[in-house]
Order: sequence, then structure tokens, then C-alpha cells
Amino acid sequence: MATRMFGMPVQRTEDERLITGKGGYLDDLGAGAYAAAFVRSPHAHARVRDIDVTGALDVEGLVAVYTHEDLSGPMAEPLPLLIPHPAILDGRTPYALAKEYVHYVGEPVVMVVARDRYVAEDAVGRIAVDYETLDPVVGIEAAARAERVVHAGMSDNVAAHLVQEVGDARAAIAAAPNRIELDLDIERSACTPMEGRGVYARWDGRDAMLRLYSSTQTASGVRAAVAAKLGLQLGQVEVVVPDVGGGFGVKIVHPWPEELMVPWAARALGHEVKWAEDRREHFTAAAHERAQRQHVTVGFDDEGRLLGLDVDILHDNGAYLPYGIIVPIVTSTQLLGPYKPGAYRVEFRSLYTTTAIVTPYRGAGRPQGVFAMERTMDAIAAHLGMDRADVRAANFIQPEEMPYDQGLLFQDGRPLIYDSGDYPASLEKIKKLVGWDDFTAYRDAARAEGRKVGIGLACYVEGTGPGPYEGGHVQVETSGKVRVATGLTTQGQGHQTALAQIVADELGVPMSDISVTTGDTRRMPYSVGTFASRGAVMSGSAVALAARRLKEKALRIAADALEADAEDLEIVDGRVQVRGTPSAGIELGTVAVLSNPLRYAFDEASKAATQFTGAADYTRPPVAADDEPGLEGTDFYSPLRSTFASGMHAVVVETDPETAEIRILRYCVVHDCGKLVNPLIVEGQVHGGVAQGVAGALYERMEYDSGGQLLNASFMDFLMPYASEVPKVEIDHLETPSPLNPLGIKGAGEAGVIPGAAVIAAAVEDAEGFAITRMPVSPSELFHLRRRFDKGGIAPLPGAYSRTGEANA
Amino acid sequence: MSEELHEIRLRVNGAEHTATVPARRLLSDCLRQDLGLTGTHVGCEHGVCGACTVRVDGRPTRSCLMFAVSAQGHEITTVEGLAEPDGTLHPVQRAFRECHGLQCGFCTPGFLTVVSAYLEDNPDPTEEEAREAVGGNLCRCTGYQNIVKAVLRAAEIRREEAAAAPGGERAAGAGERR
Ligand code: FES
Ligand code: FES
Repeated sequence: MATRMFGMPVQRTEDERLITGKGGYLDDLGAGAYAAAFVRSPHAHARVRDIDVTGALDVEGLVAVYTHEDLSGPMAEPLPLLIPHPAILDGRTPYALAKEYVHYVGEPVVMVVARDRYVAEDAVGRIAVDYETLDPVVGIEAAARAERVVHAGMSDNVAAHLVQEVGDARAAIAAAPNRIELDLDIERSACTPMEGRGVYARWDGRDAMLRLYSSTQTASGVRAAVAAKLGLQLGQVEVVVPDVGGGFGVKIVHPWPEELMVPWAARALGHEVKWAEDRREHFTAAAHERAQRQHVTVGFDDEGRLLGLDVDILHDNGAYLPYGIIVPIVTSTQLLGPYKPGAYRVEFRSLYTTTAIVTPYRGAGRPQGVFAMERTMDAIAAHLGMDRADVRAANFIQPEEMPYDQGLLFQDGRPLIYDSGDYPASLEKIKKLVGWDDFTAYRDAARAEGRKVGIGLACYVEGTGPGPYEGGHVQVETSGKVRVATGLTTQGQGHQTALAQIVADELGVPMSDISVTTGDTRRMPYSVGTFASRGAVMSGSAVALAARRLKEKALRIAADALEADAEDLEIVDGRVQVRGTPSAGIELGTVAVLSNPLRYAFDEASKAATQFTGAADYTRPPVAADDEPGLEGTDFYSPLRSTFASGMHAVVVETDPETAEIRILRYCVVHDCGKLVNPLIVEGQVHGGVAQGVAGALYERMEYDSGGQLLNASFMDFLMPYASEVPKVEIDHLETPSPLNPLGIKGAGEAGVIPGAAVIAAAVEDAEGFAITRMPVSPSELFHLRRRFDKGGIAPLPGAYSRTGEANA
Repeated sequence: MSEELHEIRLRVNGAEHTATVPARRLLSDCLRQDLGLTGTHVGCEHGVCGACTVRVDGRPTRSCLMFAVSAQGHEITTVEGLAEPDGTLHPVQRAFRECHGLQCGFCTPGFLTVVSAYLEDNPDPTEEEAREAVGGNLCRCTGYQNIVKAVLRAAEIRREEAAAAPGGERAAGAGERR
């Protein structure tokens, strides 16, 4: 029996090319393509009065200049609103090039195509746009006040308004013995993959075919969107996703204005065109996330059990709403985490501001939701003088209560029903890993030395692997090599390896014989995309199902050839053989030959399938009515609903008594994403997620001034952590299989980032003795908070978090 | 409006190349576009991320901060030139693969070139020193943990190989600090 690959820490097959410089990222392609560059709005809000391109016309190497006036038909219309929802009151989307108004700094106004990017930028610099500036609307407060509105024709800035309620939360809170209110505030950050967006288009006029390469998280989505806008049949558009240098959510948005303009221009010019985003463009003109204000009212009993929870959220969605309201929906549903909230009411308003759009960034609204819930848990503990872990335990959904229906509608439009999970077991593990029960002694000892240390804990539940579906196609070549394709795309998650592991086990072939293609509509046109930690769950399940179909066929054909019973056959190392009699068998490649009855022989192997060889059964056609030639299997996996991964993080911080510098001493993670396909890859995902969680908690923010200028649009000023800022992560796994899919897996991609802000806030709060309600928190902010605290401007935490019940203040 | 062009000769990965470029052409763009060596990536073009790092006369250098014309007369090594001519991977390359030191791989060429140079001067770093060594390069995917591990592993591979090579430990300068 060959070793099972599923669950093994297999080294990644994609690495060979990536470590030798042979990767093919978007900007590595299209050496002969024209380069595109964009004139972008320097104003947050303005009307375009006039565009004068004459200055650019004598730039040598200039090919074309386009403005909105050059567009017609669907291209001249606003971009699609990708995920409509009844709660959207006024869904605005941008144009491919600004029509009359611009609503954020960085919005594309003019497209320039030139011989190369240098020349294109020269021309961009010589195009004069005359703007009539209008009032910017920056920040949630300004948007909510609505003294100024972002979009003409609206009386306020509310893009969407949604209330969900289970039970009568307000009545439950009013009747509760204890009641707390919290005001919380989270700032903007962004995915910031090391490779920005990019598009490269080839129009073949003779065949009337478009080949589009895009650094995207959805090949099929881009294909459909581009076809619709360019007035092409789906069959005329092929989208191929090359190696992608990170996504983290931002590249699920589609079609970007640039993603439409590049193929449109390629067709208009009859020449390849490419655009690769530069860093400044990515900061200003891609997408951000996270910014929310939350008001929480909670009622609870004396054991810390929630009786009623009422959350009011103001969400900044930026200038447009192309991705709908997925982020605030996720916040308002995933906020519940592993807990039973009692009666629950959540209301959000999604607001327009004159800043970059807000679309999912790894975690996609969950970090904010977890922040709200976990800050609430800590506040309850403080109020009651209880241990923070005990308050959480008192509210957990118990394993025997699974599946657990939270009574809400999730982001996939399906009921929020948790499939499985063991939260008490996770809590025990994380307490043990971090040494929760011994911390009081450590903290006291540290205090005695004049040091400030604190510990925090945060729990989350993450709906992963939402539908509607993904597909898998598995084919055995006559050489015995196995080709696997799935439609979703990959941005570093190691899908080529993980999916090959799954197929290797299902088929009984060595991994080295398996190649995997992702994100290529030529190989798998039906697909959704890579988001919401769905890659392994969806495509893993789909390729497993496809491989099972293939195997069934292989055994049937081999049974005929071996005059054996299919039931008695197994596939070992790429060879179909009789169980117990390995000498009786044929290679899978030979089965592939036999699966395709031939008239012509092309080589030695194919002779076996020609019409005068072998024993034919004259009573049957060569290909049976319910069969088809070839050794292939295709199948689709469509889940009933999302599967729910979970985890808990605990962190120990030390804050400098003088400088208020915050140092992470330990970062512990207990993670349950069901069955692990490849622990090496899953741990890598956790490491990367934690780094982004720490980044969002301590360093990163999008610094807009009141005029809507992004002040820190470079890696000099946006504090993306280096190795020196990211702690070492200690991980323990729990594997609660999902009953929903054939492999028992749950998604792992986003988990690491989700409780970052919550857990670090908790630890800093524990070290300082006063509540932390705003994230991120920088040393200078903490310094000022201390000052306010010292002057009595901030109340000390009412109780103690420690087991001893000793007061913090 | 036309630009003056310059014929330049560059020595990259041991081979002579010629290119015709304007004076403002960045070395990163010249490598990628004129010489087709797309293994060197650009992540910021303002000298902060380190993705574009190549070795110039052995020293790690950000190719987005250097003009192609000024790279003449220097020996340039890119990620494509790290492996032996027979394809044997550099210890740093092997270590990154072994330790899962890369995810999307976009930042990786910059890390590989930096670490390959670092280990020549520091064959036996501590974990803290290894972290410091990669402290000037940004990676958004890995959280750096496995990158640090890969630096230590690469050092170990180098020492193992030096010990196995004829001439023993001294061949790769290993053990100098022990
Ligand atoms: S591209 Fe050169 S340092 Fe970032
Ligand atoms: S591996 Fe993706 S940026 Fe480092």
C-alpha cells in the first residue's frame, strides 16, 4: 500500500520554478505588448470639466489616448454591481474611465497606451485635466453626518442598511441583571500583496478570440465580465491566470476598470496591451478594508452568560460598491463566534466616502466582528471580576449541540448553521499552550521588576468554503501521467501540491505523475473563484469526486482487459492490479489507451486500442451508449452550505513603561480547520495570517487627510511589517472534521488574521489596566491613552481579569 | 520628442549581454524587459521591499534604485544565476523549498539573493541574526517564520556540504565563527 499523501507535510511542487526565477507572473508575460498607464484623479471629489491631451501627442512612442468619450455600448455604462442584495439602497459603481465625476484620489480618468511604460508615463504627465473640485467626504463620522454627500442624486451617504434579529434583543438586554455598552473603532488597512494587479490582453482578429491574462482571484468571473462589457460571446474569451504574487482578497474584485480597458484597447488597436499596477496605484486605486465604528450593547447574567446582544455598525465602503455588502454582512454574522448570543440584533449602515473602495481583505469583515465580540467578552469579565476564559467558556456552543443554527442568513445567502467544532477542547488547548493559568504569577513577578506585561485571548469561528460550486477535471494520459484542472485560481496557497495530494490518494498514482492547472478557463470554464478560504474545501472536494469517477471507469475497463471483477481491483503506484495478486495488472496508461478505441495507431502504445487487435465484443458498439472515450473524470462539488472552521489565539505582550512601545512576547494559536491536507501549507497560512493580524493591530492604517489624500501611499510610510515586527507563532491543531464534504476539510486561508486585533487589544489592555477600544494602537497612541488615563480621562477597568481577583488599576 | 539611447554591455550570471536603453532605464526593467530575466521582481520601485534585489559584484543591491547604464562593468547575479550551471540548486534555494519559505513566491528572488550573500559572510548565524539578515525585505505571505528557518537551514546545508567536500570544512569558509 502506497503512503497516503493526504495529511502529509509534502514539499510544494510549485516551488521548483519559483525559486529559480522561472515563475511566470503577469508582468513577466507579453514582452512585445504595448504598455498602458492611466491619468488618475488627484482629487477626492471633483467634476471633470475638460481633458486636454494635446500636450501628449508629440511624445514619441505614444500609441493611443482614450477617455470616456471613446467608449460606447456596455463599456460606457457603469461597472457591474457584482453581488446584489435587497439591503442595498443605492448601489453605485464606477465607470471604466470616469464619465463626469471622480469620487476618490486615484480614479482612472484617461488611458494612455504607448510603446513602453516609461513613454506611457511621460504622456500621462502631459495630459491636462481641468477639474471643478467638490467637497470630499472622508471618514465614517463625516459620511454618517451627511452634511456633504458623495454621490449626486443621493440625500445621504447610506449605500445599504440591514437589520437582522433573532429574538427580542433589546427587551432581553433591558431585563438582564447586567448591562454594558461599548464604542469600538477600527481603521482601514489593505491586502497589499507584493505583486499588484495586472492585465495583459491578446486579441486575435482572424479568429475573433480574446486571450486575457489577469492577476486575479477569479478567471471565470473575469471572463464573464469582460465578455459582457466587450460584447463578446463567452466562447470568444479565454482567461488564463498566471502565477499570482499574492491576493488576500483584493484580486477577487472584477472587473477592475483596467481589466476592461486593457482588452478593449487591445481589440481596438489590434495589438497586445499590458498594464502592470505600480505600488502607488495599488495603494490609492485598488481596494482597502476594515474601517468600522461599532456600538455594542450587551445584557448578561451574573455568570457572564449573554442574554441579549445589540450591535450597531457603521461601515465605510469607500467611493463605490462594486462588491456589494459582503464585508458588513460577514461582520454582523461572524461576530457571534463560538458563542450563543441569547437574543441578537445587528444593524449596519454601509456608507459612501470619497476614498478607495472597500472590498474583502483576508478575514473579510471577521476581524472587526471578532473585535466587537471579544472586546465585549473581556468587558463582561472585567465587570463581573471573572476570568476572561471562564466568561467565554460559559457562552460556548457545546460540541453536542452541533450542528448549531444561529438563526441568521450568512454571506452565501444560506442559513448560518455551524457544521461541527469543539470549542471547549480548543480553549483547553490554548490555555495550556500559552500557560493561561500561570500567567498571573508571571505578571506579578514582571510588575515587581517594573515591567508591564499582559495576556489576551480571542476566539473566532470562520465560515469557510462557501458555494455555489467548483469543478474538477482529471485525465489520465496514455503515458500514465495525470492532468488535473480546477477553475479557481491560486495566489500562493500551494493548490498545485494540495490538490495533487488528494488526487494521488484517490487514484493511487504517485504525486510526481500529477500536474495541476488552476485558473484557466480553457481547462475548466465553470468556476467561481478563490475567496473565503474555499480553495481546499471546494476544489479539493471537486477533484476528489472527479478522480473517483475516473477511477470507477479505469477499474471497469481494466476489469474487462484482465477478465477480473472490478471489485477485486486496486490501483497501486499507477498500476491497476488484482488485490492480492499484484502480478496480474496493467498500467493506468494502458487503461487510458484502451479507453479510447482507435482506428489509427500512432505509436506502440496506441496499437492496443486499434480495431483489429484484441478481442472485440461484436454485440456492443466500441463506445457504449452511456460511455465516452478517454480516461477522464469531471465532477462538481456544491456544498449545502459553508463549513465552519474555528480557532483561538492567545498573546503575551510587554509594553514599555516609558516609550509605550508594544512588544509581542508570545503568540499562540489553536486552529481547527478540520482535516489537514498538508500541515506544512496550513501552518504557512496561519503564519502569514497572524503577520497580517499583527500588522493590522499595531502598524497598518490608511492615513487619509480631510481632503481625501492618502498620505502614506508607499512602503516608506505604510508600515507593513518586516521580519523584525512579526512574532514567532506557536501552533497547536485540533481536527474536527466537517461532515459536509467528502474529505472532512474546512478552509484555512484567512484564519490567522481574524482574531489579531482583538487578541492584541486584550493583551495591551491587560498590561495597562484600561480599556483599549480603537485599533490599530501605535506606541504614540498608547502613550497618549496613558496620559489621559493618568489624568482620570479614562476609567480604570472595573474588575480584575486575573484569577486571583486582584484589581488591575 | 525622442530620447537618446545608449548601447550598454552587461555581465549577468556570467554571460555578456548587450542592450540599447535610455539613460533613465532602471536596472530592474533592463534585466526583466531587455534581457528577459524576469526572475527579478519589482514590488515597489522605491527601494523599500527588496523584491528586486540582485547581487552586484557580490553585494545585494536593489535593482530598482540603479540605472542600467551604471551597471556596466559590474558582475551581476540574479536569481536565475544562483543555481550551479548543471542545475544543482543553491543551498538557499533548497532550504526555502524544504522549509516552505515561500508561498506566492513574488518576494522570493529578493530573499534568495540577499541570503546567498549573507551566508558567505556569516556562515553560522543564530536565529536572531538570521531574522536580522532578512530584515530589509518585505514578504506579505509567510509571516517570515519559515524564511528565518530557511536561512538557518541554508547555513546548515552549506556547512554539511563544505564538510563533505574535499578539503573539508574550510572549503566554504564554514566554522569560522565556531
Ligand atoms: S522593487 Fe526595488 S525595493 Fe521594491
Ligand atoms: S511569498 Fe508571497 S510575498 Fe513572500
